[in-house]
Amino acid sequence: MSTDTKPLLQVRDLSVDYVTDNGNARAVNQVTLDIRPGETVGLAGESGCGKSTLAFAIANLHAAPALISEGEILFEDRDVLKMSERELRDFRWAEASMVFQSAMNALNPVITIGDQIIDVILAHKTVTRDEAWKRGEELLETVGIHPSRMTSYAHQLSGGMRQRVVIAIALALRPKLIIMDEPTTALDVVVEREIMDELYALKEEYGFAILFISHDLSLMGEIADRIGVMYAGRLVELGTAQEVLDDAQHPYTKGLVASFPTIHGPKVRLEGIPGNPPNLLELGEGCHFADRCTLSTDLCKTTNPDLIRKGDKEIACHVVHSEEVAA
Amino acid sequence: MNQPAIKTVTEDASDITVEDLTIDFSIGGGLFNREFLRAVSEVSFVLKSGEALAIVGESGSGKSTVARALCRLYQPSEGRISLDGQDVNSAEGVSSQRDYAQLVQMIFQDPFGSLNPVHTIRHHLRRPTKIHNPHLSADEVEERVIEIIERVGLSPARQTADKFPYELSGGQRQRVAIARALAVGAKFILADEPISMLDVSIRLGILNLMDDMKQDGIGFMYITHDIATARYFAERTAVMYVGHMVEWGNSDSVTQNPQHPYTQLLISAVPEAGRHKKKELMAKKGDIPMRSPDSIGCPFAARCLKATDRCHAEMPQTTQLADDHFVRCFLYQ
Repeated sequence: MSTDTKPLLQVRDLSVDYVTDNGNARAVNQVTLDIRPGETVGLAGESGCGKSTLAFAIANLHAAPALISEGEILFEDRDVLKMSERELRDFRWAEASMVFQSAMNALNPVITIGDQIIDVILAHKTVTRDEAWKRGEELLETVGIHPSRMTSYAHQLSGGMRQRVVIAIALALRPKLIIMDEPTTALDVVVEREIMDELYALKEEYGFAILFISHDLSLMGEIADRIGVMYAGRLVELGTAQEVLDDAQHPYTKGLVASFPTIHGPKVRLEGIPGNPPNLLELGEGCHFADRCTLSTDLCKTTNPDLIRKGDKEIACHVVHSEEVAA
Repeated sequence: MNQPAIKTVTEDASDITVEDLTIDFSIGGGLFNREFLRAVSEVSFVLKSGEALAIVGESGSGKSTVARALCRLYQPSEGRISLDGQDVNSAEGVSSQRDYAQLVQMIFQDPFGSLNPVHTIRHHLRRPTKIHNPHLSADEVEERVIEIIERVGLSPARQTADKFPYELSGGQRQRVAIARALAVGAKFILADEPISMLDVSIRLGILNLMDDMKQDGIGFMYITHDIATARYFAERTAVMYVGHMVEWGNSDSVTQNPQHPYTQLLISAVPEAGRHKKKELMAKKGDIPMRSPDSIGCPFAARCLKATDRCHAEMPQTTQLADDHFVRCFLYQ
């Protein structure tokens, strides 16, 4: 992928806090990330690492107690965080749409699938109801559902079909960016496979960019061009999917990669990562991963490492940085 | 501490044998024409101490129902579950639910829902220890509780004992759930998706802990939808589809050399880094069917690319493919 294409989305030094009675929990900490047109960027990490918070921030969906405390989010050079309500209405869905983890909750149970699809179209385009309905039927067909399902309710569809409907709604206005937050996590593996295959085909046809959020590194390795790994709100490693998975540098990424038993290849005892993810309210001065890291030094406990470019990758780790200097 | 910390009370418990287990659920209908759903159909396996058997399948495959039947929470509609040769659901079998529960314990998927939020970890472990070991003094119970907390890797044990569930992470809570099964002195642990709700970096810690517990002679039934972890943790794997065991045997054999079209489908669907492109799924699209006692044929026939008329008419018998590899499919008969 050429690096000189102008980014579609630029996240600059973004920090998001959750204001609680016990202090501010910094869920996203100084994250900088670009997504180029048509590119699929994966965000990996455990629960609480800030990946979903970042996704919400991109659509400017945060409300109290979440507070975007610094940074900017540029979508084709317009700052999403400074948009008026009116501009946001035009931006959301028409330019960037979202697919949430739980399709069961994303669909309204008392309105037909068809009404929910055309709702999006009617809100953004000056078309008649009939035209919108027709477009809705086409969309369902695109995601592999029979158009007659337009009159069904969400409870009449299986989990996989509901997730397809949600994807159809996300596609309705041909957005340039689709944010997918664990789109297949609640689904069985065979259904997940069907939806992923569908997604590859749709992406080829429409060419949208995807911000793909998941804890499943194997799945991410399949779909993503680049992968960013987050830990306790910080981006700790960012690079092409292959580099991140095959040549992980950050100790956390290494641990994460070694946390997935494989179905093929030799069977070896894996160790995962000792310890537990930190409490965001009790983050210290140093690297947030230092407590769980076997390589941590005194420097790691006092200073949070910056994300520094090393070759084609960016890594936030003192140990990796010092190796770099030594070499 | 070389002496095994957790002594099982009944040393002679050595296997749970399940023969032709069938479970029907009533789903309505009238007084004279009740309708039933067949959740589990002719399932047979042996659970041995010191070993793990993985039951792999999608939602609705009946894997959790099998586990509940093994806990005596459901009565078999047909077939038999026996512990060391004694039918567990008959009068001459293990006498009380308490005695049986002492040997067979369950760990659930959701560690947030399975612990009582108003009690400390000590309380969660003291109670089963006391109930199942009435002869122990208070000090002995405490000593045992601390030992067990250490055994599941939650040191410093005394501090952990004073904590409430909300002070622990998901992985730590799941360790408490495992400790609770140990406190009872369980010989068999039925773990129903024990890691699927945990953070990825701590899943392996739980799997490895259970793996170590096999050394102490504990037998596991590991229920999962993740066939890669089944291969990692369990010596033997059984693949279920809509209540039927379709392929089973040595985990490596089943995962590396899958023979049943459904197992092949399941394994081909597992995400693989670097694959990047659409691959034709080896099955027809379709929803998972619902079976009744009157349903005939192989449950996978409707989606199977190799199905013949015979597959729709009758369920194939078991074929032995290798020493420890079995399949129920007409392709091999």
